[in-house]
Amino acid sequence: MSAAVTSSEPMLAVRGVKTFYGNIMALKGVDVDVHRGEIVTLIGSNGAGKSTLMMTIFGQPRAREGQILYEGRDITRMPTHEIAHLKIAQSPEGRRIFPRMTVFENLQMGASIDNFEHFDSDLERVFTLFPRLKERIGQRGGTLSGGEQQMLAIGRALMSRPRLLMLDEPSLGLAPLIVKQIFDAIRELNRTEGLTVFLVEQNAFHALKLAHRGYVLVNGVVTMSGEGRELLERPEVRAAYLEGGRH
Amino acid sequence: MAVDTAHPAGAVASPGSSILPGALKDAFITGLIALGLLGPLVGFETVVIDGALGLAYRPLVVAIMVGIIFAGRLILNLTVWSPNRPPKAQAGPGPVARGMVAISPAFKPALFAFAIGFPFLAAAMTGGLNESRYLIDLGILILTYVMLGWGLNIVVGLAGLLDLGYVAFYAVGAYTYALLATSEPVNAFFASFLGETFWANWAFWFCLPAAGMFAGLWGMILGFPVLRLRGDYLAIVTLAFGEIIRLVLINWVDFTGGGAGIASIPRATFFGIPFTAGEDGFAALFGLEFNPMHRIVFLYFVILALALITAFTTVRLRRLPVGRAWEALREDEIACRSLGLNTTNVKLSAFATGAMFGGFAGCFFAVRAGFVSPESFTFDISAMILAIVVLGGMGSQIGVAVAAAVMMGGMEMLRNLGFLKQVFGEGFDPSLYRMLLFGFAMVAIMIWKPRGLVSSRDPTIYLKEKKAVSGSLVKEGHG
Repeated sequence: MSAAVTSSEPMLAVRGVKTFYGNIMALKGVDVDVHRGEIVTLIGSNGAGKSTLMMTIFGQPRAREGQILYEGRDITRMPTHEIAHLKIAQSPEGRRIFPRMTVFENLQMGASIDNFEHFDSDLERVFTLFPRLKERIGQRGGTLSGGEQQMLAIGRALMSRPRLLMLDEPSLGLAPLIVKQIFDAIRELNRTEGLTVFLVEQNAFHALKLAHRGYVLVNGVVTMSGEGRELLERPEVRAAYLEGGRH
Repeated sequence: MAVDTAHPAGAVASPGSSILPGALKDAFITGLIALGLLGPLVGFETVVIDGALGLAYRPLVVAIMVGIIFAGRLILNLTVWSPNRPPKAQAGPGPVARGMVAISPAFKPALFAFAIGFPFLAAAMTGGLNESRYLIDLGILILTYVMLGWGLNIVVGLAGLLDLGYVAFYAVGAYTYALLATSEPVNAFFASFLGETFWANWAFWFCLPAAGMFAGLWGMILGFPVLRLRGDYLAIVTLAFGEIIRLVLINWVDFTGGGAGIASIPRATFFGIPFTAGEDGFAALFGLEFNPMHRIVFLYFVILALALITAFTTVRLRRLPVGRAWEALREDEIACRSLGLNTTNVKLSAFATGAMFGGFAGCFFAVRAGFVSPESFTFDISAMILAIVVLGGMGSQIGVAVAAAVMMGGMEMLRNLGFLKQVFGEGFDPSLYRMLLFGFAMVAIMIWKPRGLVSSRDPTIYLKEKKAVSGSLVKEGHG
């Protein structure tokens, strides 16, 4: 999987980040690199700190120590909404779509960062990727099925024309067929448009098969990293996340 | 029930027989509970005996009320709640819902036309302008609350920020006008180059925008400390804010006149033309016979225009990014932030916009009453406005308007409960039960329409056609 273009300086660099919830250290000095054009996945079991890392990159909660660099810029102390304006889009854990607003309005909300300059073409792109959303355009977000809501969350994130797309557990609570559809869409986006993706997943098998590189997070510490396929072959990974049934 | 399953044919033949004992027992228990509750609550009446306060007991009233409850429960048990009743299979919207859909396109224009024609209709019905005063005053009251409801709707219905202190902005608007209009220095300033009567005639039209802006400013001032709060916590802080404003108005006697309030505030004018009987009054200039009702009818149209401006602005704002941001904030604050919205600005703009309309309404209140005092701005008003927004269906303009009409109009109707005297005897004072019946009505609405009178939310944008999805299909805050 060395097809990805890896430039010398990573697009997103997490350097020794420590995040606390009160006195409890959730991230104990994490280092993660995401290079331009890559799909990087972060896997780990419940409570390992995956979502915390994702949210820390977005500034809520803030890292107490360490640095987060995006395209060479220090964004550690930047307010969340300004980080979003740097063209980092996030599909947060639990999808967090706007339930009483329609699919169309949800997508509109995503486009506000881009000032609606490419609204029509972006809308077309999202609908090509997820034709189901087009059928549901006038429906309220809350009436969609779980899979459709996930598609909407990703679609909404794409409407801001991100350079880096961060996805938190897109497979959560979805049927295997829908998971496959969503992962295919992510692969497609990366292959055709070179979109950089940072994917947080519990579904280690699918995530590692999709990703160029992966990190394994255990109790707030990165214990392993490497190419996706290679991690998938490692006996420790297989034992902990695949055959151990914890996915 | 066991009998029913064993002999279904018999049950069909005599549906009432097998459930009668159960229904009687249930109604009897309900009657006992009612007796226990109403015995002391309704039975005792405070009377003055030889100058001292004493208690009198009125068993007849209690007996009648308990009787009504017993009979009502029994009838309900035998009919609506009867286990023999075939379950209602609901396929699609019922006839009422379908009827609503059919008339809904005509509903808004009809309501609008009614609001425009109301003063003339009232005058025609009562047989003269002077006789219609009560109805037009009621119309003004309802429209004031419609406007306040629409203003608060921006904060509570659209942005989802529970504000229990909305009356504060109403007060700020009213006092802005009262203080500026009665201010000697301001009057002297304008008198020096625009004539003695200029300020008295024009004060309202100058102060109206000022009151709105000033209230909006106070909305921002309230907004800042509560930016991190949501839900219950926000409600408590806003409640406190409303009380602070009222207490300041009471205690800052030098500035606000304290509890005595501010009297003889200049009346509204027809854009500078006063409604007086004199040479340069409204009636003389327009060739009409002088009638004090002209001013009242004019006030009616002023508040109608203000309310419509509020509604129109809200409708327009909802289609703009800022309005969409308010709604998104109500739905999910974290998602808003990660989509690049500055939630600080979104909240402040919602608070300020809502407060601004509250200020306009307050300015109108002051000019209508000609007198303001802190007693007009108690928590009751906030609660009433909030109840209007919630009962109307949060976020729905038309629902809020209907709820305001039902609540304020209904409160007035309940003053005319004279017929109850025939049921309970001459000594019965029906107006004392106004709030009780009002409370029952609110509970009933919340049981049958838990999301308010109009629960569907109109999307702000459509691809091809408009499709209404009932709010009852979507769980609040979830989906």
